[in-house]
Amino acid sequence: MDLITEKIKKTSLSTKQDRFGKAISILALLFIAAIVVMIFAFVITRGFATFTSNKINVFDFLFGTNWNPSVVDKKTGLPGVGAAPLIIGSLAVTFLAALIATPFAIGTAVFMTEVAKKRGAKIMQPVIELLVGIPSVVYGVIGLTVVVPFVRSIFGGTGLGILSGTIVLCVMILPTITSMTVDTLKAVPRHYRESALAIGATRWQMIYKVILRAATPGILTAIVFGMARAFGEALAVQMVIGNAANMPESLVSPSATLTSVLTMGIGNTVMGSLQNNVLWSLAMILLLMSLVFNILIRWIGSKGELK
Amino acid sequence: MNAKTADKVATGVIYAIAGSVALVLFAMLAFILVRGLPHLSWHFLTSAARSFEAGGGIGIQLFNSFYLLILAMLISFPIALGAAIYLNEYAKKNSLWVSIVRTSIEVMSSLPSVVVGLFGFLIFVVKFKLGFSILSGAIALTIFNLPILTRSIETSLSQIPNLQREAGAALGLSRFETVIHIILPASVPSIVTGVVISAGRVFGEAAALIYTAGQSAPTLDFTDWNPFNMASPLSPFRPAETLAVHIWKINSEGIMPDISEVSAGASAVLIIVVLLFNFSARRLGQLLYKKLTKA
Amino acid sequence: MTKKGQDLKPVSDFIPDKAPDRFIYQMNEDKHEVALKTEGLQVRYGDKLALSEGDLSFERYKITSLIGASGSGKSTFLRSLNRMNDGVANVSGKIIYRDLDINSKDIDVYEMRRHIGMVFQRPNPFAKSIYENITFPLTRRGKYTKNQLDEIVETTLKQAALWDQVKDELDKSALALSGGQAQRLVIARALALKPDILLLDEPSSALDPISSAQFEETLLELKKYYTIIIVTHNMQQAARISDYTAFFHQGKVIEYDLTRKIFTRPKVKLTNDYISGNFG
Repeated sequence: MDLITEKIKKTSLSTKQDRFGKAISILALLFIAAIVVMIFAFVITRGFATFTSNKINVFDFLFGTNWNPSVVDKKTGLPGVGAAPLIIGSLAVTFLAALIATPFAIGTAVFMTEVAKKRGAKIMQPVIELLVGIPSVVYGVIGLTVVVPFVRSIFGGTGLGILSGTIVLCVMILPTITSMTVDTLKAVPRHYRESALAIGATRWQMIYKVILRAATPGILTAIVFGMARAFGEALAVQMVIGNAANMPESLVSPSATLTSVLTMGIGNTVMGSLQNNVLWSLAMILLLMSLVFNILIRWIGSKGELK
Repeated sequence: MNAKTADKVATGVIYAIAGSVALVLFAMLAFILVRGLPHLSWHFLTSAARSFEAGGGIGIQLFNSFYLLILAMLISFPIALGAAIYLNEYAKKNSLWVSIVRTSIEVMSSLPSVVVGLFGFLIFVVKFKLGFSILSGAIALTIFNLPILTRSIETSLSQIPNLQREAGAALGLSRFETVIHIILPASVPSIVTGVVISAGRVFGEAAALIYTAGQSAPTLDFTDWNPFNMASPLSPFRPAETLAVHIWKINSEGIMPDISEVSAGASAVLIIVVLLFNFSARRLGQLLYKKLTKA
Repeated sequence: MTKKGQDLKPVSDFIPDKAPDRFIYQMNEDKHEVALKTEGLQVRYGDKLALSEGDLSFERYKITSLIGASGSGKSTFLRSLNRMNDGVANVSGKIIYRDLDINSKDIDVYEMRRHIGMVFQRPNPFAKSIYENITFPLTRRGKYTKNQLDEIVETTLKQAALWDQVKDELDKSALALSGGQAQRLVIARALALKPDILLLDEPSSALDPISSAQFEETLLELKKYYTIIIVTHNMQQAARISDYTAFFHQGKVIEYDLTRKIFTRPKVKLTNDYISGNFG
């Protein structure tokens, strides 16, 4: 046997390096996966304590309208753990924000991909990136110093409430929806555009009847992403919503969301007490909702692929 | 309305929408900067905050923000890099467990940051008894940052053509060696862009920190650099309110007379830093790319 | 060895009706030194059989061309020879190199590839300097003095006929080289490892005609020291530079023979059709 044959049969430095590299990179990946599992395990265990150790009925929690965990409700004899006002508050700001943001997002995305590509890339791309980059507390400050006084001057009252929350969230999720819509629109094959224009369609007809139709699943995904962001946003909303955990009477009366109650409450309660446990139950709802949004996105994605 | 008129109207509407979006951004930036810049001074940027009287600064908060950012980046970058290397270089495309891990990273990236903060609070502050501390905050920020950074590094790696990997393999270099010495250096520009952009996000994050790094900023002794002393700026066990948390805190429950001035000034500083991160991210990437390919 | 060549007598006039379906030249191992040979090599992508029955022997210090239409399996075959298809496709059968079956588990793939080098269709220099491109794979595995490295860089660049063009700018980024230059650099890089065998996968297809012609000269020069196996879609190129030629069709080696025989008197009708250009 010559030297080369011998070398080829031995485990080389390269092979050893590769085993090492594979091992440490897989370790990093497992670490991330472990964190996700732990987050779910811990938050859900704590969230369930309300129903197991405090014996609160799940339905009372989900549909009860009296949120005041530190005071015992005279009628029911139970602490006020009805989270419905918060859930409704969260859902209301989320849906309203998505509703208002979507036309703006689609319009901006169409502008960037179909109407004015050059200016789109030069001006709107950085605009969208900067909007994504602005920290949520800054949105909160702007909401507090501009939006709330503005709402107050029109509708009276405090100006705090779902409407202000919606406006702030709308601007916050606009860049998310826009940039994802841009990606979808860019992915529409060019021959769709060419064949539409070739049969004499105007640009708007092409956009409306061909491009947007083809991109519908992607746009829906973008909207759900935006809603997920809105639903989980804490500080900006908390600063303008008014933090009054009543059933929302109108869009301009002080209300609360899951995140706002969590932000305000977790530091003021004692670990293991009922007041603390129900807060973890709220966190669990947040967590499960973010899972629901994820599943929704996958579902839309798989529907879109079938076409 | 015929098709041509409809086309014109629609074009007009689209221009108006895009214009208004741009306008909103510029108005917000102008608002923050115009309100905040007059309050900026060397004193404001370096002195400690005051709770009850006017004239406080944001010095400690600013330091805390950068310190936390650096720690979080130091922890999350190697993990994200490892995970991205596995996903892009080793993982088989259609393996079940890789798709499970990918899904969990996706789920992680869509977790509300307040939930990340609460998890950090539960595990590190309460269970591990770290208390409200830099360390708890850095770990929470790491969890917040990991999925974004992993994805951004993975994208950077995937942009390097397979030709380079084949070249390494054909020369008997291990896959790991090829990644570390060939693929990574070639993707440094876009990785740097990704890191700096995510740094901007981390810098502005507050919800994950309220219950981990805490909402108080004890006075620091900037002459003591022993990390084991509580008063040392480097101590990982001291509570550390960051700039973003400070802004939230004074707006929600501040009682000093000059709240709006401090809030405006702090917001302006926060925005300026985040904008700097955003602008420098691409510049830095382009610069590195030019340097890498220069003749 | 199985007798696959049914008709060893040269057919002077090509008679389609009497022509065999396949012809594989059997190398006389006493007369010719075999550098590499394959036995029963099969390549599968999933369930799809991409290559079957390619029992070929490659003579040392000769150039062997693999020709055939796209998708004929010639590149798949070549890439299997130094196991670049590992993880991509399922390769079964034997590849004999220095009396070892290198297509088996107890072979260290990385070490093997340092002896059976490969150059790809598109030039793939690293994003490093010209100098480092050549020295990097060396210094990763051994200690060299600066002088030794300088010498290796100069020799290999001369062998690859690139030295005169780049000797003053070795610190320049390799990414700034033209396609032809980059491909030569890649060859020099492969040569620096002193391989036995050089596998070339359509190395000149990305080059312009002039670079391509120079490249062929380089190969003829290199064959003094290396065994070369080259995939090419350019039949003139195969005819000009190679000693042996294998014609691939639909995942099979149809004919393998001395190049001059293949191009003057092919024994199989398919080969004749392919080289005369009326294919399909």
